[in-house]
Amino acid sequence: MPLDHIVSILPELNKAFFETLYMVGISLTVSIIVGLPLGILLFVTDRGLFLEQILVKNVVGFIVNLVRSVPFIILLVALIPFTNWLVGTTIGPTAASVALSVAAIPFFARVVETSIREIDKGVIEAAIAVGATPWMIIREVLLPEARPGIIQGATLTLISLIAYSAMAGIVGGGGVGDLAIRYGYYRYDNTIMFTTIIVLVLLVQVIQLAGDIFSKIVDKR
Amino acid sequence: MIVKGHVEGLGERGDAMIRVENLVKEYKTKKGIIIGVDHVNVTIEKGEVFGIVGYSGAGKSSFIRCLNLLETPSNGEIYIDGVGLTSLSKQELRAARLKIGMIFQHFYLISAKTVAENIAFALKAANHPRKEINDRVHELLEMVGLADKAEVYPAQLSGGQKQRVGIARALANNPSVLLCDEATSALDPSTTKSILKLLKKINKELGITIVLITHEMEVVKEICDRVAVMQDGKFVEEGPVYEVFAHPQEELTKHFISSVLQFDLPAAIVEHCAGTIVKIQFKGAVAGEGVISDMLQQFNVKGNFLHGKIEYIQDIPLGIFIMELQGSSSAVADAISYLEKRTEQVEVIRDAA
Ligand SMILES: Nc1ncnc2c1ncn2[C@@H]1O[C@H](COP(=O)(O)OP(=O)(O)OP(=O)(O)O)[C@@H](O)[C@H]1O
Ligand SMILES: [Mg+2]
Repeated sequence: MPLDHIVSILPELNKAFFETLYMVGISLTVSIIVGLPLGILLFVTDRGLFLEQILVKNVVGFIVNLVRSVPFIILLVALIPFTNWLVGTTIGPTAASVALSVAAIPFFARVVETSIREIDKGVIEAAIAVGATPWMIIREVLLPEARPGIIQGATLTLISLIAYSAMAGIVGGGGVGDLAIRYGYYRYDNTIMFTTIIVLVLLVQVIQLAGDIFSKIVDKR
Repeated sequence: MIVKGHVEGLGERGDAMIRVENLVKEYKTKKGIIIGVDHVNVTIEKGEVFGIVGYSGAGKSSFIRCLNLLETPSNGEIYIDGVGLTSLSKQELRAARLKIGMIFQHFYLISAKTVAENIAFALKAANHPRKEINDRVHELLEMVGLADKAEVYPAQLSGGQKQRVGIARALANNPSVLLCDEATSALDPSTTKSILKLLKKINKELGITIVLITHEMEVVKEICDRVAVMQDGKFVEEGPVYEVFAHPQEELTKHFISSVLQFDLPAAIVEHCAGTIVKIQFKGAVAGEGVISDMLQQFNVKGNFLHGKIEYIQDIPLGIFIMELQGSSSAVADAISYLEKRTEQVEVIRDAA
């Protein structure tokens, strides 16, 4: 009976679900803490802007592109020594969070940069004309004006992280993806397979909905 | 006590608020160098409203944006209240900008901040204590007539209201200069009037020097003391507004003025007239009517009014009449030379048929 089967797997599914949330939560937090400043840096150091530093812009831009051009599965493997050094293990959700964070940082940085780029240059100029400092412009013009876009971008990052976190299952990262591989791939257990799919679909839908609502609330345009 | 020449920038030209020396602005683009401003020299006095007109691409925005260094001049120097801007450090420039307000055609308010927060932003730039900011914001909102809109977001305001917020923001730190780049171009005529009235009030009550860009001569007529006509990055004509309206020198200036002082006579009427058609321009309308009746009495000509208009420029009337003069050719010639003596300008539009 599929239902009995699902019930019997529930504790494991529950554990896997929270592992996924844990990995994704850590990675999102890290990517926001690091990616947000990087995204701002990419913007304000660009040509013609108030902290123009072409060298900085090019170097940061290059690194961001470099990381983004490595397929996640390769990044996952390539980062094993670094992961081991950083968290002392290469398996489990904490270890998977390292690779996930590294992948998400440049992604989120670009998302932030793009959102800020959509602000009318005139608004920034008006702030300069008023005598505002660069820090004031970043904090009180760029961030508030880009907030709806940044929230949408964080939602997007979060959803990508869920997809990537499933891949982390391949290297024993834990989480819903790991569960699906262990039961669905190695044991041909379709019930578990579809259950994990449903769980993931629901999770993504809820996140997207929450992101949309939140971004709409802060959008005053 | 009078101290002479001790303070740089005061001294001989003591009342100059803005002095532009040999300003050049070039843009380096992929297609080569584009000249925005081409060797402009101008002095704008304290308390003056200085207008700049010109067609699109003439360099008006380039010029005004150099005045607060939003655009870095390629050459030349800008003195605001005696301080040369181009040699200032970043921090000194920020301090100087506190005293140079600017408003824009598209307002450029921070959409994620309320009206009050937008104005408070300017005050924070000047490091005002938080406590004082609130009071000052309300004072400013009161001044621009938006006291009830403090907690509203810009998206909920009309264009005219947004510009009022822009003005409040620009005035927050008690600037000595207000730069207006097409501040009324996005507004309808009646809103334009009300914004111009507000600018006039600011100029009169606060003594703020205003530099105003527009492509509408109406705006110049309404509030400017002096006007410059710009073309290809140069000031091709400059002078007191009344003088420029009464005696435009350049073709371009005449063209701009015709948008305000223009009246075309219907061709049918011109054909119908047998006499000489003249256009007479008076400083002051009442005086003008007197001159015409004197002329009609002294010379043996018949006058026939075809068109007339009195334009008030800075509250001084400028009268323009078009009339047909009939009589012997010598009488008409005498009448015209009499008019030339007593009026601003007489122009023969068409000789007697
Ligand atoms: N950032 C820029 N880069 C290159 N060229 C520019 C730049 N800004 C202005 N220009 C050029 O300089 C010239 C003057 O432009 P400017 O914007 O000052 O004209 P304007 O008189 O304000 O016109 P408008 O009435 O359309 O606003 C134009 O030829 C324009 O193309
Ligand atoms: Mg312009």
